[in-house]
Amino acid sequence: MKILVCISHVPDTTSKINFTDGDTKFDTNGVQFVINPNDEFGLTRAMWFKEKQGASVHVANVGGPETEPTLRKALAIGADEAIRVNTTATDGYSVAKQLAQVIKDGNYDLVIGGRESIDYNGGMVPGMIAKLTDSNFVNNCIGLEIEGNDATAIREIDGGKETLKTSLPLVIGGQKGLVEESDLRIPNMRGIMQARSKPLHVKDPIEAQAETQTTQFEKPAPRGAVKLVDNVEDLINLLHNEAKVI
Amino acid sequence: MSVVVYTESEGGKFKKIAQEAVSYAKGIADMMGTTVTAVAVNGNNTDELGNYGASKVLEVSDPKLDTFNAEAYADIVAQAAKEESAEVVVITSSANGKFMAPLVAVNLEAGYVPNVTELPKSTSPFTVKHSVYTNKAYSHTEIKTAVKVVGLAKNAYGVYENATSVEKSSFSPSINTGSVEVVSVDKATDKVTIADAEIVVSGGRGLKGPENWGLIEDLAEVLGAATACSKPVSDMGWRPHSEHVGQTGKPVASNLYIAIGISGAIQHLAGINASKVKVVINTDPEAPFFKAADYGIVGDAFEVVPQLTQKLKEFKAQNA
Ligand SMILES: Cc1cc2nc3c(=O)[nH]c(=O)nc-3n(C[C@H](O)[C@H](O)[C@H](O)COP(=O)(O)OP(=O)(O)OC[C@H]3O[C@@H](n4cnc5c(N)ncnc54)[C@H](O)[C@@H]3O)c2cc1C
Repeated sequence: MKILVCISHVPDTTSKINFTDGDTKFDTNGVQFVINPNDEFGLTRAMWFKEKQGASVHVANVGGPETEPTLRKALAIGADEAIRVNTTATDGYSVAKQLAQVIKDGNYDLVIGGRESIDYNGGMVPGMIAKLTDSNFVNNCIGLEIEGNDATAIREIDGGKETLKTSLPLVIGGQKGLVEESDLRIPNMRGIMQARSKPLHVKDPIEAQAETQTTQFEKPAPRGAVKLVDNVEDLINLLHNEAKVI
Repeated sequence: MSVVVYTESEGGKFKKIAQEAVSYAKGIADMMGTTVTAVAVNGNNTDELGNYGASKVLEVSDPKLDTFNAEAYADIVAQAAKEESAEVVVITSSANGKFMAPLVAVNLEAGYVPNVTELPKSTSPFTVKHSVYTNKAYSHTEIKTAVKVVGLAKNAYGVYENATSVEKSSFSPSINTGSVEVVSVDKATDKVTIADAEIVVSGGRGLKGPENWGLIEDLAEVLGAATACSKPVSDMGWRPHSEHVGQTGKPVASNLYIAIGISGAIQHLAGINASKVKVVINTDPEAPFFKAADYGIVGDAFEVVPQLTQKLKEFKAQNA
């Protein structure tokens, strides 16, 4: 089984979000970039497929050279090869087009993406690549087993979960549950050393027009100070008469 | 030319987000000088959609569609959009909406933007405002394609009454359920879900252990609220993962969010920030949640919460 894990390179969850150039660009100053958390759950699940079922695991990112440390980290965690499509990720659709090409070229059976990336929260890349590559698709995937060509996936739904049967080729939008938090791996020294000599292929992009374009970012208005109350009657009163939510 | 809107229902009953999506579609249609066509899959009482501004409903009914199937639903919405020569398609950014919208977008060669919070600033160019960086910022984004798919954030625009007479037409698109098949559903039907709830009561590590969750459940019950929790609480197995809210868990956009024994870490706040009113109950006045909340009580949950539940019961009895 050939697995491709799509890795989004995103600001660490604790990052301060600021913009530059007249609020048109994300300010990367002082920001640490990491593997998108949803993708990291997927990568870890892929490592289990590798260890238990002999799958090969490649990781891919669409982005400039600055994303390579994130791909190297994925290699250090245990992926076999990495692919970087050398172009700026402009919108979800253009990224999906590039990845769909990687998938066609590499004949992957299973593509693992994240439910959403924590920067643009687009949540569209896995669905779009499924459609573009004519693969089955399961989003919000919190469990996945594959036997031969058959897949059993668990999807989180409002208030519960559902079990789905499908087959390869398959694309999933993964999230926590695919593996647990405690299953995530921190690369060790050996992994980091090995990652240096693992292949990281830089691919030229195909022609793919962005369909959407950010014109400006905006930060939420600063909020008012909290109203502290010292008894529950006052709280109920405020929620009823002032906030009008009960 | 109309604005096509997908209206989510469950067990035939339209969800509040469907009313909101129709209200929003009507707002766009007014800007563009056109009308709203709603697509309803196995929905009862589709007349109701007229209350919010739909002038036409395409009704699809098929028992095969009783359980949500992203591929089939997306295909239906895309066919409806083509039939109506729609320039704009509105889909709610709920879990199911986000599952199907990318498929609709590729099918229609349409640009797609999710988590949209307001009416477009202009329709030509078509520019929408949507939340990014998990509610830490907004982006104004132009959709440049001829057809646009707009994913509407929950509880951001609101529901607006706009009585319109509805023309109902039965719509028989080709139904392609693909090869992803639901074999079983495991879902509590007696509980309001985090996605649908107007009020969410959430507990953190400050509650010390799963045995204390009665506090949260009792409070949620008087309020008709859903229960939720912080990430460590679900990681430790005190509560199911489906209750984990925040940046890496479920998003919350309720009217009221009550955080009990939750410190207010940035990853937690990001995921719940779209809620309208936030209340924090925490022993530590320095807890970061106090900077993000509207109302707060500095106090011990084990004392404050039972009092709150009791007083709310009395309040509800008086205001019933
Ligand atoms: C990549 C990443 C993603 C993450 N995603 C999420 C996410 O999606 N959601 C999320 O929640 N977290 C997330 N986290 C974790 C987050 O950083 C915090 O660790 C977590 O939110 C803390 O949970 P908590 O507030 O329940 O616990 P704590 O931080 O331990 O806070 C407990 C609080 O309870 C208070 N308390 C103690 N006793 C009482 C009492 N008797 N009465 C009242 N208050 C009391 C304390 O004062 C304290 O403020 C993420 C972290 C990372 C690194």
